[in-house]
Amino acid sequence: MSALSLRNIEKSFGGNHILKGVTLDAGPGEFIALVGPSGCGKSTLLRILAGLETADSGDILIAGRDMTAAHAADRNIAMVFQSYALYPHLTAAQNIAVPLVMRRLTRARRLPFLGRMMPGQRKAVADIHRDVRDMAASLKIDHLLDRKPGQMSGGQRQRVALARAMVRRPSIFLMDEPLSNLDANLRVHARGEIVDLHRRAGVPTLYVTHDQAEALSMADRVAVMIGGSLLQLASPQVIYEDPQHVEVAKFIGQPRINLIASQVEDGATVALGGTRCRLVDRAAAAGSAVTLGIRPEFVSVSRQGNEGLPARIERLEFLGSEVIVYCRLDAIGETMVAKVTPAEGADLSPGVPVRLTADARHIFVFSKDGSRLAAAPLSSIVTREALHG
Amino acid sequence: MTSASFTPGRVARLSILGLGALVFLAPYIFMVSTAGKAQSDIFTSSLSLIPQQWFYVQNFAKALSRVSMGRLLMNGVVVCALILVFQVVIAIPCAYAMAKLKFRAARALMVLVMLGLLVPIHATALPLYVAFDRAGALNSYVALVAPFTISVFGIFLFLQFFRAMPDDLIHAARLDGMSEPGIIARVIVPNAWPAVTAFSIFSVVAHWNDLYWPLIVVSNQAYATPPLGLLYFRAAEAGDDYGALMAATLIITFPLVAAFLLAQKRFVEGITMTGLKG
Repeated sequence: MSALSLRNIEKSFGGNHILKGVTLDAGPGEFIALVGPSGCGKSTLLRILAGLETADSGDILIAGRDMTAAHAADRNIAMVFQSYALYPHLTAAQNIAVPLVMRRLTRARRLPFLGRMMPGQRKAVADIHRDVRDMAASLKIDHLLDRKPGQMSGGQRQRVALARAMVRRPSIFLMDEPLSNLDANLRVHARGEIVDLHRRAGVPTLYVTHDQAEALSMADRVAVMIGGSLLQLASPQVIYEDPQHVEVAKFIGQPRINLIASQVEDGATVALGGTRCRLVDRAAAAGSAVTLGIRPEFVSVSRQGNEGLPARIERLEFLGSEVIVYCRLDAIGETMVAKVTPAEGADLSPGVPVRLTADARHIFVFSKDGSRLAAAPLSSIVTREALHG
Repeated sequence: MTSASFTPGRVARLSILGLGALVFLAPYIFMVSTAGKAQSDIFTSSLSLIPQQWFYVQNFAKALSRVSMGRLLMNGVVVCALILVFQVVIAIPCAYAMAKLKFRAARALMVLVMLGLLVPIHATALPLYVAFDRAGALNSYVALVAPFTISVFGIFLFLQFFRAMPDDLIHAARLDGMSEPGIIARVIVPNAWPAVTAFSIFSVVAHWNDLYWPLIVVSNQAYATPPLGLLYFRAAEAGDDYGALMAATLIITFPLVAAFLLAQKRFVEGITMTGLKG
């Protein structure tokens, strides 16, 4: 049984179709990153799951129970907001205690003065204090408990927000870009901490981000959402190495994948420079338009020979462990990016004419509607056919 | 402060501000001066601010003895406090609903609030008077308080303030398990003190000084508010005894002045509404 399952969630805002039938399942203890460009509907999906918005249609199941119509408070979902949304008038300790106070104390017990006279009150309040302190200790924010949000730094507020969300042991944990307000150094550090925290708590987590590096580095599985549709849900490795849609390939990977417009040639083959691939199911007719994708690390740059695509170097970016080479293709005038080692990049400089060769095993072929067409390097097909023949 | 900080620009600014303050304070200063003058002193042809004989004690004694000043002030406090409490208790949930909840009639209600802002009390005074008369409620606190319990101005002011509050704060409160009234009590109100303070000033000043409505519904001295009491005092007791009248006026305006001076910082903070940051 999945811990969480969303079925065919649809949502429109005044004629704008934000979510187009999103279906997603999360296993117990799984960390799923929901990644996509801004405005793709990922935050809306999170809000619908939390019960802050209602879907136009579709079902939400949490631990097998239908929660589609349940009130936000009854879903036992905790959320960390991008703005942290700490209560500005309460100290860190009081902020963390709020969910416990609301859940463990009855309405009568929460009354000022009167509540204090109820039997067992002292024990309940002491328990809450203890849990708040334990939570704060595990996030190393015990020294901040008496401060108000206004007196804390961004990183500290983020920890308090995490503590407030974790303290009541929710059945699902949602995070809406919790790191985007931190500076770059702190962000990388906080990534590790959140993953660590997730592993310790074992609560299924849905993490919304527009930063693909965050998604790939933190999640068990990555869900790529573009234009209101969930295009692919798979492990970070599969998302990167085997994208099922041109938009997924485009969104994931830094620098961006090279996409070259092309068309299917006779014998269901496609060609990128001298490199040829054959479409496995041979369904595409000759002459139909396709897009070829090749990641920069699979493009090799050479100054000698006459194999490959002729191009001229426009710009070099030295990044320490690697060099990014921006080249302009002579034939079509488009830019192609290659990622090479500093040793390979040593004799390259802007303006130099080069030949670019794509590794045939890593060429992706996408049809006109963006879906991936299975393809294989021509040579290997030939050998396989020869073997079978 | 050292004299070196008095640059020409600063001096010019301070003198313009001082001049402005003097113009606005002139009637009050004149009132303070008159309250200390004897009858003969007031009606001399020369205009001087300093009384020739100090008559403060006599004038204040007259003001306090001829009219039940305690009763007037008490009425003022009761009426203003009741009006303020009802206004805040009603306006905050209304404004919260209109600012943060989504419902069909929100737009229509907004239009009604704007319309409500355009209607002055003078337009509705007569029907209200007739209604209170039929209900036999004239000469009562109810008549003084009831027409002002729903303040469209209050709703409008809080609405603007609540709109600026982040939605995420309310979302977080809902996820933490708060009901809507809980959100108002635990999240909205504690963060709305600047707006409540600002509104309180407007409300208390307006109703403490209001003469129009009490004059319509109250004819019994027992329910007279301070300005109305002043009117009785002038008509029945003082005649043209301006010294005593000014002394009475001083007593009546004193609570507002004292309150402002004591809480000046908070008031300015409330009106500029810079209290919520972070």
